[in-house]
Amino acid sequence: MSATTMSGFPARDLRVAGQLSRSRKRRNRVAKVLCVVATIIALGFLASIIFTLLRLGIGGLSLTVFTTVTKPAGGNGGLLNPIAGSLIQTAIGALIGTPVGILVGTYLAEYARGSLLGNAVRFVSDVLLSAPSILIGLFVYALLVNGRGYSGIAGSLSLAVIVIPIVVRTTEDMLRLIPISLREAAVALGAPKWKAIVLICYRAALDGIATGVLLAVARIAGETAPLLFTSLGNDNWSLSLDKPMSSLPLAIYKYAGSPADDWVQLAWVGAMLITFGVLTLNIIARVALRPRR
Amino acid sequence: MAAAGFYRPDGTEPNAVSQSATTGTASAQLGRSRGSLGDKLFAGAATTSGVLVLVLLGAIIVSLFIGAWPAFRAFGLAFVTTADWDPVQNVFGAAVSVYGTIITSVTALLLAVPLAFGIAFYLTEIAPPLVRRPIGTAIELLAAVPSIIYGMWGFFVIVPFMADYVQPHVIDAFDGVPVLQDVFAGPPFGTGLFTAALILAVMVIPFIAATMRDVFMTVPAVYKESAYGVGCTTWEVMRSVVFPYTRASVVGGVMLGLGRALGETMAVTFVIGNSNRISGNLFGSGNTIASLVALEFGESEAGSLKLSSLLALGFILFVISFIVLAISRLLLRQVKA
Amino acid sequence: MSATMSETGQKANVGQMTAKSDAALNEPRIAIRGLDFYYGSNKALKSISLNLPDKQVTGMIGPSGCGKSTLLRVLNRMYDLYPGQRATGEVMMDGDNIIASGVDVNQLRARVGMVFQKPTPFPMSIYDNIAFGVKLHERLSKSAMDERIEWSLSRAALWDEVKDRLSASATGLSGGQQQRLCIARTIATRPHVILLDEPTSALDPISTLKIEELIDELKHDFTIAIVTHNMQQAARCADQVAFFFLGELVEVAEAAQIFTAPKQKRTQEYITGRFG
Repeated sequence: MSATTMSGFPARDLRVAGQLSRSRKRRNRVAKVLCVVATIIALGFLASIIFTLLRLGIGGLSLTVFTTVTKPAGGNGGLLNPIAGSLIQTAIGALIGTPVGILVGTYLAEYARGSLLGNAVRFVSDVLLSAPSILIGLFVYALLVNGRGYSGIAGSLSLAVIVIPIVVRTTEDMLRLIPISLREAAVALGAPKWKAIVLICYRAALDGIATGVLLAVARIAGETAPLLFTSLGNDNWSLSLDKPMSSLPLAIYKYAGSPADDWVQLAWVGAMLITFGVLTLNIIARVALRPRR
Repeated sequence: MAAAGFYRPDGTEPNAVSQSATTGTASAQLGRSRGSLGDKLFAGAATTSGVLVLVLLGAIIVSLFIGAWPAFRAFGLAFVTTADWDPVQNVFGAAVSVYGTIITSVTALLLAVPLAFGIAFYLTEIAPPLVRRPIGTAIELLAAVPSIIYGMWGFFVIVPFMADYVQPHVIDAFDGVPVLQDVFAGPPFGTGLFTAALILAVMVIPFIAATMRDVFMTVPAVYKESAYGVGCTTWEVMRSVVFPYTRASVVGGVMLGLGRALGETMAVTFVIGNSNRISGNLFGSGNTIASLVALEFGESEAGSLKLSSLLALGFILFVISFIVLAISRLLLRQVKA
Repeated sequence: MSATMSETGQKANVGQMTAKSDAALNEPRIAIRGLDFYYGSNKALKSISLNLPDKQVTGMIGPSGCGKSTLLRVLNRMYDLYPGQRATGEVMMDGDNIIASGVDVNQLRARVGMVFQKPTPFPMSIYDNIAFGVKLHERLSKSAMDERIEWSLSRAALWDEVKDRLSASATGLSGGQQQRLCIARTIATRPHVILLDEPTSALDPISTLKIEELIDELKHDFTIAIVTHNMQQAARCADQVAFFFLGELVEVAEAAQIFTAPKQKRTQEYITGRFG
């Protein structure tokens, strides 16, 4: 028994086995260390971004930033009109995009199962989800701005187009998590299908849908490229939706590349505000609302 | 609670005998919409919204193409192969920016994919359960940082770092090495194609890593357990069970990252150096479709050939991204099913 | 058979089964004649004819996939939700064929309530859960609604347990309480008929006993059809028992008779545990 096993194979050479095992273990350890390093590098990038924003932005933070409109370089201006413009366009974009997105998500989850149209809609929506936002801007430019002029409403609409596929994805995913029996229970009480969806399924999926809407708001709040071609930016105080409208990302873009020190400083303040706003929305959406993953 | 009649809103008298005779034909229509007006309205609204998404895609294609038509008519197919971008002579071509777009995106993927794979492997197999969620969320936050912030961070942090510490040493190190000395050449300004690719890599890492993590999670535990059962190490399980099982979806995740990188605008605009020539070396400056459109758009008059050429660039970018994203979706489809 | 009996930990015994033998069957509330049912091209019910006696309990038994749940879902037209499912034949209730087209299915479902295998509390308060069904069909004042909710919760033997937390979320109740809430929700719309689709299969023995006592109580006012895998449950609860096999109704009779003297060999084999 010591020389051969019962099947006639030579017994394992313990020395070879030991060497093999050691080299396999070493390789395993190296792979694991490399993975940890990769994760640390990525986290390091995030830390570097946050640290840079704090280092360069916090010094310029003052009440004037929120109470004064943009002024020429050296004029001690603030970011009041970009902040107001961002809030307005983000809000309108979300208000238009969210109901459409929820309806499309409802169509995919409740009405389209397996149909050709449903599969096409899902496919196109998922492609739009990752499509370059600059193209959305060019599209709205070609459709609404060209010949009519830049406007806050055109900017809002380009943001709404970005919101739709995000809300579609979360709405469909969340509605699919709801057991069929809950719908049947509502229908069994005599509820028409639409009431079962609106009163029961939406309520059960509320957290998830709210997560999607928050993530969509966070995404469009920081969008720059689509606004370049639609709302253009405005150095003066203006809340008219039919005129060019300022926004934080556009102001940051303009100021960051300028040679004036006070403008660059304002750009960092704006960058800090928008990044921490967006990251906070993301953390709320991912940690507080999402039930499980 | 009168029983008779409440089933029949039309008020016809129920007739058991004739009813049973017509049941066959009546029942054939059961699946049809017979619901209330509310049901019809809601289903109609939902379906219309779905169709609207298709219309939206069609409208994007058509409006970009109509806007691009004057440029396509003026330059024909040569638009794609012409390297000139000369507003003075009114001659425009896409070659430089298409080249820059592809070089930066592919270089970004070469940098991002190994890191993203490592992160996904760490998050699924190595990390202690307690830190998986916080670290996973932190990586996802990297995707939430707005593009323009990456641009500023790149311009004020990465560009000086590249100029002072990376580019001079790399250029020295490859001096005299065939091919590589040409790839890593150029003035060490810190800006250029490689820096743009590096920023793009940081931006797409979270998308690729999150997709990989999700597809790695779909591998049934029994497969992994049976590999562990014959004595495999964690790395061997990853390499010979998890990765082969998920290969198509992993490629789908990489394509998703590519689709993101191709159209990224603001971050690239800050650091690419903006020049209209094809540079063989990675440290040289260049352009991408998105950065050229963003930079030149403000200086284009409505109705000009230049504006049309920018829309033509947008149309080309749309076609490239659509193909890449479509492939990505097809490869990722089985994950969700 | 005695093995399954002790499993449920119930006090069911032959004496109790036979106690029902004197109960004659009432006039039918629902009369099913020549009912066929299709999932696409697959015929799941074959020419079923069966009466559901008024204010009595009909138990439906048979192995999995025999069609008993399908029949239940015909009686409130739940199959309407799914394209490709259709029924032909006649299901008469109060003078109407309820499977004919032109029937208002939402009003039908107010008259034919259903309770499911797993409890299905809606993600809202206990009060709102019950009010949801009532509001679909009636416009009640606040006090009338309060009264209706107390009535239905009392009938479902849940009032004492929840009367102090009506505004608490229904999902916080135990499984047995959730199922009684679903029964309360169903009877709150004041149906004529209640369909119970294996209502206790997800519950512990104590909760099961409570539901069974409830069924006994409810049949004074409602016509009840219950699908069950548990033969002791059928014996304890049902006045009439129907045995289904492969989409056919093999045998239907008063409960006592089917458990003591089944006419069909297949029925006997099933109730003595030879298959299924």
